[in-house]
Amino acid sequence: MENFEFINAIVLLANFVLVPALSYGSQLALATLSLTIVYGVLRFSNFAQADWMSFGTMAAILFAWLFQSIGITAGIFPTALLALPFAIIVTALFCLLIDRSVYSFYRKQKSQPIVLMIVSVGVMFILQAIVRFIIGPNDRKFFDGEKYIIHALDFKNYFGLEEGLTIKSTQLITVIVALIAMISLFYFLQKTKLGKSMRAYSNNEDLALLSGINPEKIVIVTWIISSILITTAGVLYGLDKSFKPFTYFNLLLPMFAAAIVGGIGSPIGAVIGGYVIAFSEITLTYAYKKFFVYLMPEHLEPSGLMQVLSTDYKFAISFIILVIVLIVRPTGIVRGKII
Amino acid sequence: MNDELRAPIAFTVMGILLAIVGFTQSWSVSLSIINLCIISSIMAIGVNLQWGYGGLFNAGVMGFTALGGLTAVLVSHDPIYEAWDKAGVGIIISTIIFILSITALLFVFRNIENKQIRNTLIILIIFFGLIGINNFYGPSINIIESIDPAKTGFLGGLGLPIIFSWLIAAVVAGLVAWVIGKITLRLRSDYLAIATLGISEIVIAVVKHEDWLSRGVKNVSGLDRPVPYEIELQESQWFLNLIESINFSKLEAINSLTSRQDVLNDLVISSSGIFVKLCYAGLFFSVLLLIFYLSQLALNSPWGRMLRAIRDNEEAASAMGKNIFLQHLQIFIIGSAIIGIAGAMLTTLDGQFTPGSYRPLRFTFIIWLMVIIGGSGNNLGSIFGGFFIWFIWIEAEPLSIGFVNMLAGGLEYDNPLRIHLLGSAAHLRLFIMGLLLLLALRFMPKGVIPEKIQKK
Amino acid sequence: MLSINQLSVNFGGIKAVNNATMKIEKSKITGLIGPNGAGKTTLFNIIAGNVTPTNGSVFLDEKNITGLQSHELFNEGVLRTFQLAHEFSNMTVLENLMVVPGSQSGESIFNTWFKRKIIEKEESIIREKAIEVINFLKLDHLMFELAGNLSGGQKKLLELGRTMMVDAKIVLLDEVGAGVNRTLLNDIADTIKKLNTEKNYTFFMIEHDMNFLSQLCDKVIVMTEGSVLVEGNIEEIKKNEKVIEAYLGRDDNA
Repeated sequence: MENFEFINAIVLLANFVLVPALSYGSQLALATLSLTIVYGVLRFSNFAQADWMSFGTMAAILFAWLFQSIGITAGIFPTALLALPFAIIVTALFCLLIDRSVYSFYRKQKSQPIVLMIVSVGVMFILQAIVRFIIGPNDRKFFDGEKYIIHALDFKNYFGLEEGLTIKSTQLITVIVALIAMISLFYFLQKTKLGKSMRAYSNNEDLALLSGINPEKIVIVTWIISSILITTAGVLYGLDKSFKPFTYFNLLLPMFAAAIVGGIGSPIGAVIGGYVIAFSEITLTYAYKKFFVYLMPEHLEPSGLMQVLSTDYKFAISFIILVIVLIVRPTGIVRGKII
Repeated sequence: MNDELRAPIAFTVMGILLAIVGFTQSWSVSLSIINLCIISSIMAIGVNLQWGYGGLFNAGVMGFTALGGLTAVLVSHDPIYEAWDKAGVGIIISTIIFILSITALLFVFRNIENKQIRNTLIILIIFFGLIGINNFYGPSINIIESIDPAKTGFLGGLGLPIIFSWLIAAVVAGLVAWVIGKITLRLRSDYLAIATLGISEIVIAVVKHEDWLSRGVKNVSGLDRPVPYEIELQESQWFLNLIESINFSKLEAINSLTSRQDVLNDLVISSSGIFVKLCYAGLFFSVLLLIFYLSQLALNSPWGRMLRAIRDNEEAASAMGKNIFLQHLQIFIIGSAIIGIAGAMLTTLDGQFTPGSYRPLRFTFIIWLMVIIGGSGNNLGSIFGGFFIWFIWIEAEPLSIGFVNMLAGGLEYDNPLRIHLLGSAAHLRLFIMGLLLLLALRFMPKGVIPEKIQKK
Repeated sequence: MLSINQLSVNFGGIKAVNNATMKIEKSKITGLIGPNGAGKTTLFNIIAGNVTPTNGSVFLDEKNITGLQSHELFNEGVLRTFQLAHEFSNMTVLENLMVVPGSQSGESIFNTWFKRKIIEKEESIIREKAIEVINFLKLDHLMFELAGNLSGGQKKLLELGRTMMVDAKIVLLDEVGAGVNRTLLNDIADTIKKLNTEKNYTFFMIEHDMNFLSQLCDKVIVMTEGSVLVEGNIEEIKKNEKVIEAYLGRDDNA
């Protein structure tokens, strides 16, 4: 019986903490990567990034609906995955259009980063308007395909435990796609000529220009990569949970927190930061009562919920962590060196 | 355009716009808009001091506004004696423990070199702090919140006139700004923005969820007023006489006594609403004038000169003996205190405290629009910005609906496109705001009423 | 007056200043020369509080001023000018000077509301002094001009003028002659000499222009690769072989 209690406790934790945190962490890591790359190369904090996430996901949903209406699906996989490349192309194109019509003016003027930041707020408003105008402000679930890989009920029956583990297909897809994206990005940055040029440009703009790197090209590639990452993150998040413009907008803050905590400007930092924030949000608001009930002998079982912070504060957690990091180690976990 | 004329022209245009609303919609609506415009202007002045003079990007404007509103509640609401009796002590103890723990943590962190000792102490402080707080906090909250939760369920306030809260809000906001400033002002400007945004999120989260403090999302309504109630007016003889004499000729023209009485009654009712709004407007405008006067006095003096030097060339100012950090901190506090006052005024106007209505990013950036379009670095510009942008924000929705109606005019009533367009008209407001910001930054970065470069 | 002891600073593996030791005498004009990259400006930045040294100390008379921040050093009487003129470009010449004196009553916000009379009095005193300085520098015709519109040389004069608004103990001049035309250069040299003889100012100046230096400096310190190579009067220095080598580099291939 002792052994089973222990395993139950572990499965409980895996089901309610580990798996969701891994999944959310991967989504957040991708989004934060896109934010940090824009920061590292284009040198400003892009307040519109969360709404690019909305925009990209909206595009994917529209394409998915289109495909579904003409009978194309992806079988056990969500149709949105098929739609993803198309959504990325549309998002990247629109992103480049915005860069050309809005940001490039300030770049040529060598405006201070804070000006670019305020400009990105304007872009943020416009994106919000467009997304709500086209797809509306309401919640949309656009998942189709096989939902569960393992279902708690089956798990419980198979192993004869009290606690079951559910793994949704979206969670597995998230982790796999995120891994692929991250590995490809790191390969690109470290091994390809273009990637190395980007890093050089980010590190020391004048020197990079002197060695013949074309700044326009770097800018375009940066926005394209950012669009790929943010659209993917948005689609994965939306498949896993649901799409609602307001919810996506609220992800801006955890994204920034993750970027700064991890070390702004550093891709590895962005990934670490993403997982740190995701895990913190979930571990700090989970009610561990049942966990302790499994592990403790009867007379020591807790009566309270054993929550560190109530779920109401889930949102504020990224900030509390951010503020702590800013006091203790402002450069972040990976000393925020530019890529 | 001649610089001297910008301000008068801008304000005249504003006056005309408000008059148009008065004539076409109603004076009641126009006055409501004016009241909110005045409050927005005060907020804009606060932000302008921080940004236009201090170069500080405060993205946490809503947090300070919420603090101001909270102060209004905590100052004016009657105390709930039962709650204080049963659990007041518990709350006080847990607050003291909280403050002591944080101070201890900071002390240990700054002063203890040995990493081992330091980390052990930190863990011990956190551990015992949490236990101590949990011990007192949890049960106390439950007690407080269980006392008549439908009507109260919280600690209540000090029971003082609500107008006192405006000044106290300045102090509260200033104190919080001091704490935040000490932590974040050494950071670069974009970090400062994110940090202030984060802290304001935390403030708003606390206000929304700590029911024992402010009833959370249940809201606190029926707050005290500094102006008469419409009902009171409708029942006072002097007011009735006033309305009768103002509308004398109109009433005389009506023959039937009963219908004359009816018309008078209607007039009294609608006038009472307008009278109340005028009272608020008078109060708010006086506060605006006072704040404007005080800031102009300060800015046109050696203090202002010093700020301009720091803004112009920080390194040189530092080499010339100016303590940059302290000056930034000071202006951050002053600006935030002003925002706090506006927050208390806002809650006073509403007569209720609704934590759910503080949506950080959205409204913070509207205030930013006010400062940037109005003219950063110029208080008159901020006032104009406050009026203009708020006006657009309010009128944008009915205007967009009208516009869309016009566009979709040709489509039948049940055409899905038309339905969709009409439903989305509200979002046009966001688009307009974003577009305005981008256009202003590109073509009029100094704003409508830019800062005057003095050449005395 | 200023004693610098084994000052060092590391910038990511490069020792920009390496165990520099020197003494600057009171009421004298001392020059600091050396090839590019010798660490002269970095040394100034350390003394002036813009850079924190990794080792060593700086003493002003008996007081240890190592690591103090720029504004604190100002209060100790250590003033500096910048290689690229750091004028307050959007303020008039007069304002540039009037903003300098520390502890002005007018700089406290409460006083601006409650002690206006006192501020007015102080302002007129400060204004008088500023006008004195402007006349001394012969910039009177530019009194109400925005400092950003001045020529390079005039900006340098203005920076010197700023140091005259307070009682400086020592003024660090970072290439005050750089980019200045010959006539103004003479004006600047005259001003420095006058300040030294009439007001007893101690100067420590980085310069590349040897003629300019020889008019002014009693003693010259030569820095190379972060530390002091040799000191002496300018004639000796010009003939010193090691100095010539440092500037021209080695002839033989290593």
